[in-house]
Amino acid sequence: MTEYEPVIGIEVHAELLTNSKMFCSCPVEFGGEPNTRTCPVCLGLPGSLPVPNRRAIEFVIRASLALNCEVKEYSDFYRKNYFYPDLPKNYQISQYDNPIGRNGWIDITVDGTVKRIGIRRVHIEEDAGKLIHASVGNESLVDYNRGGLALMEIVTEADIRSAEEAREYLVNLRAILTYIGVTNGKMEEGTLRCEPNISVRPKGTEKFGTKTELKNLNSFRAVYRGVEYEVKRQVEALQSGGRIIQETRRWDDDRGITIAMRTKEMEQEYRYFPDPDLVPMNFSAGLIEEQRSLLPELPQARKERFMKEFDLSAADAEMLTSTRAMADYYEEAVGAYPDYKGISNWIMGDFTRMLNSAGIEIDASKVKPVDLAGLLKMIADNVISGKMAKTVFEEMFNTGASPKEIVKSRGMVQVSSETELYPIIDQVISENPRIVQDFLGGKEKSFGFLVGQIMKYTQGRGNPQAVNQLLRKRLSETKG
Amino acid sequence: MELSTRTAHELHNMLVKKEVSSREITEAVLGRIEQVEGQVSAYITVTADAALAAADAADESFAKGDAPGLLTGIPVALKDNLCTKGVKTTCASKILKNFVPPYNATAIDKLANMHAVPIGKSNLDEFAMGSSTENSIFYPTKNPWNLSCVPGGSSGGAAAAVAADEAIVALGSDTGGSIRQPASFCGVVGMKPTSGRVSRYGLIAFASSLDQIGPLTKDVTDCAMVLQSISGKDPMDSICADVPVPDYLAALKDDVKGLKIGVPKEFFVQGIDSDVSAAVWKAVELLKSLGAECGEHSMPVMEYTLPAYYILAPSEASSNLARHDGVRYGFRSAQATDVDSMFQKTREEGFGPEVKQRIMIGTYALSAGYYDAYYRKAQQVRTLVRQSFEEAYSKFDVLITPTTPTVAFGLGERSGNPLEMKLTDVCTIPASLSGIPAISITCGYKNNLPIGLQIMGKHFDEETLLRVAYTFEQNTSFHKNRPALGRE
Repeated sequence: MTEYEPVIGIEVHAELLTNSKMFCSCPVEFGGEPNTRTCPVCLGLPGSLPVPNRRAIEFVIRASLALNCEVKEYSDFYRKNYFYPDLPKNYQISQYDNPIGRNGWIDITVDGTVKRIGIRRVHIEEDAGKLIHASVGNESLVDYNRGGLALMEIVTEADIRSAEEAREYLVNLRAILTYIGVTNGKMEEGTLRCEPNISVRPKGTEKFGTKTELKNLNSFRAVYRGVEYEVKRQVEALQSGGRIIQETRRWDDDRGITIAMRTKEMEQEYRYFPDPDLVPMNFSAGLIEEQRSLLPELPQARKERFMKEFDLSAADAEMLTSTRAMADYYEEAVGAYPDYKGISNWIMGDFTRMLNSAGIEIDASKVKPVDLAGLLKMIADNVISGKMAKTVFEEMFNTGASPKEIVKSRGMVQVSSETELYPIIDQVISENPRIVQDFLGGKEKSFGFLVGQIMKYTQGRGNPQAVNQLLRKRLSETKG
Repeated sequence: MELSTRTAHELHNMLVKKEVSSREITEAVLGRIEQVEGQVSAYITVTADAALAAADAADESFAKGDAPGLLTGIPVALKDNLCTKGVKTTCASKILKNFVPPYNATAIDKLANMHAVPIGKSNLDEFAMGSSTENSIFYPTKNPWNLSCVPGGSSGGAAAAVAADEAIVALGSDTGGSIRQPASFCGVVGMKPTSGRVSRYGLIAFASSLDQIGPLTKDVTDCAMVLQSISGKDPMDSICADVPVPDYLAALKDDVKGLKIGVPKEFFVQGIDSDVSAAVWKAVELLKSLGAECGEHSMPVMEYTLPAYYILAPSEASSNLARHDGVRYGFRSAQATDVDSMFQKTREEGFGPEVKQRIMIGTYALSAGYYDAYYRKAQQVRTLVRQSFEEAYSKFDVLITPTTPTVAFGLGERSGNPLEMKLTDVCTIPASLSGIPAISITCGYKNNLPIGLQIMGKHFDEETLLRVAYTFEQNTSFHKNRPALGRE
């Protein structure tokens, strides 16, 4: 049977973090009463004209540079003409011949191998409104609050060959875009939308197969599953003598399948032409360099530095640098107390789990980096046990109090001194004569029971090492 | 002398000296509308109440001693493709028949801020597409000089209103000659300013790269006053240029000594009326006698301007007019059964034949496979036209041509012949493609119909245009003539 390989290119649309829309001054916010954030411009009323948002353009220049694209001095806006009720002017202001960014790339790592994914173009455009199909009657409604938001479109070359690569590309892309602060990159909220074009071809051949476009991929997991499913579907269709129809397919996350939405047998006729309402953009070398100077250390470089500077594994360093906020947090914490591995474990373990269940990002957490560092220092200094630390951290997470305050107010300080421990040890020995005898008779297991009893009397605050040491000493005295 | 026959600068002086009130002027103009509008049909909507309210506000402002604007208290007709807040703005189209904009065009705002008096919304060819104002869904406007002739178009209503004293001044829009050609036909002054001189915000688009708002007035001084009042940078129009607005009234000098005037022979096209040609040459001779240096010039590329325009303007129009779809405002067909049929039926029933034809031509010209042969080629012609003007202006300060090859033609005479109809714009289109300013003034008559003289200038040099036009006016009396309409 013929073996097939997938050929995948990905289009990503990212909403830009501007205060106002792309061509008018309406504010950008999530949700809100329908059609309250609109004006004659974003409603496309007769006579209204677009005026470009400078910040949005700067963001796309910055993103293009971060994605290793060429940014030429000349760029311009085109109109993409098509009729749809969510598109107020029945054309979208976009870019065509002269996108802001061209010929870039990002490197991804799959199975330990680095692969370069080409970025064909990065351009700016405006978003459409949202259709709402009313539950009563046969009317449809349109909400234009989203209409005219500034969007960035990033298109790869057809370089991607698996679902794993598709996901990895997206993880890396999202990290870069959120690092440079141009988008919040929330796939669940649709501020980052991913549309892969997928085809398959017999291994070893050059010619591309017929492609399908996937929509409604709202998480990294959905991207992986959607691509994997679609590739399998296409291969099976071809192997059983069928053919692929050029169409847009919707990923159904619950059922785990893709469903045909509309066929694209005919190439859409968009009648692109330069928008006569807008003057072409001419970026000075100074403006481009200014945007380059605003680029922070990017995730890949930061990951490598973390591995070297903090002696972290590749996997840990990648996880810690997956968002700028988390990496910043880690660096601040280890700056306060250099337990690189310990702080890494805390962040990636309990902390991330609690953040996930609270549905917040690390920079929105009440736990300050210095306090996480302080908690680890208290463990190392034997002020509290690792077990106590979990309880303390939970309170830190909920209240934002420092670990010192919590330990103090709860009287959680560890008991380690002989003067405090001996009376308890003596009491436990006298209460359990048989068990003491068993131990002395060589039954080592009985030691653990006695430790447990002591911990019970100290309400878990006994320093395990001190308890062990002093109990053994006392028992040997008893024996003697 | 009847108030309605006076110019804006005369009335401005009278208002400042408190010899007359804006209410008296406004009532006189409304009275004149009452008297002749039935014959002329210059307006789609007469806004008498709004006009009187604005007149009273102007009078109050004069009474308080506020520094008056140039058009404070002056009745202005507004072409009905300029958005007026709360007042129907129809574009003479069924599709916008009941459209009430929630905002003012920037130029209208400027007038409103100085308490100019909005007397009404004037008639036009549907979406400003046409040269006779016969393409209005309401009714054709008649030429006040001869009611069986067209007033020109597309700002035919505005030109006729000023000529018939149904307004003191007017704002029109010019895409390929839509101010200058009707000004020529109706014997008034009409100017298309430089592209970017006046904000287009609120002008319902026909062809964005060519559309420009401008004045129609009784004389050159009024033209300078209106231009002064509406010019300047606007943050709402990114094409509108950040170029300082000079004092246009100061440019009105009766002096053309040493000015270099070119006469490009290609504008004296085949089929031009010999009387028109003679009147233009006579005007050139007059300017020469007043000290200007005049010379003939050749601009061979002009041959291609008309076909280039009729690719570019419909291309932009096909996209600009896509928004009129029945979804958010305006007419929606009752025949619609689903989304696609809503689009189709609304546009099928809502647009007239001329508009549909241009949308189809433009859609075709922008289609993949035809784009290079039509749109791109036409853009190349446009570049050549610009270069040709640059070259001309290295030798001359202004260029003089006829505004139109003939005087006003009869109603219905050319509606069956689209090519002949479009040839009427052959002299005005070059300045539109190039973005330079151009003015039309009266330089003679044929069979009691005015002949227009076009003066074209350098980018943002409206001052020299005004100076030449003013000098011509000071040494002739054409601008003082009025159609006999209603005064026989």
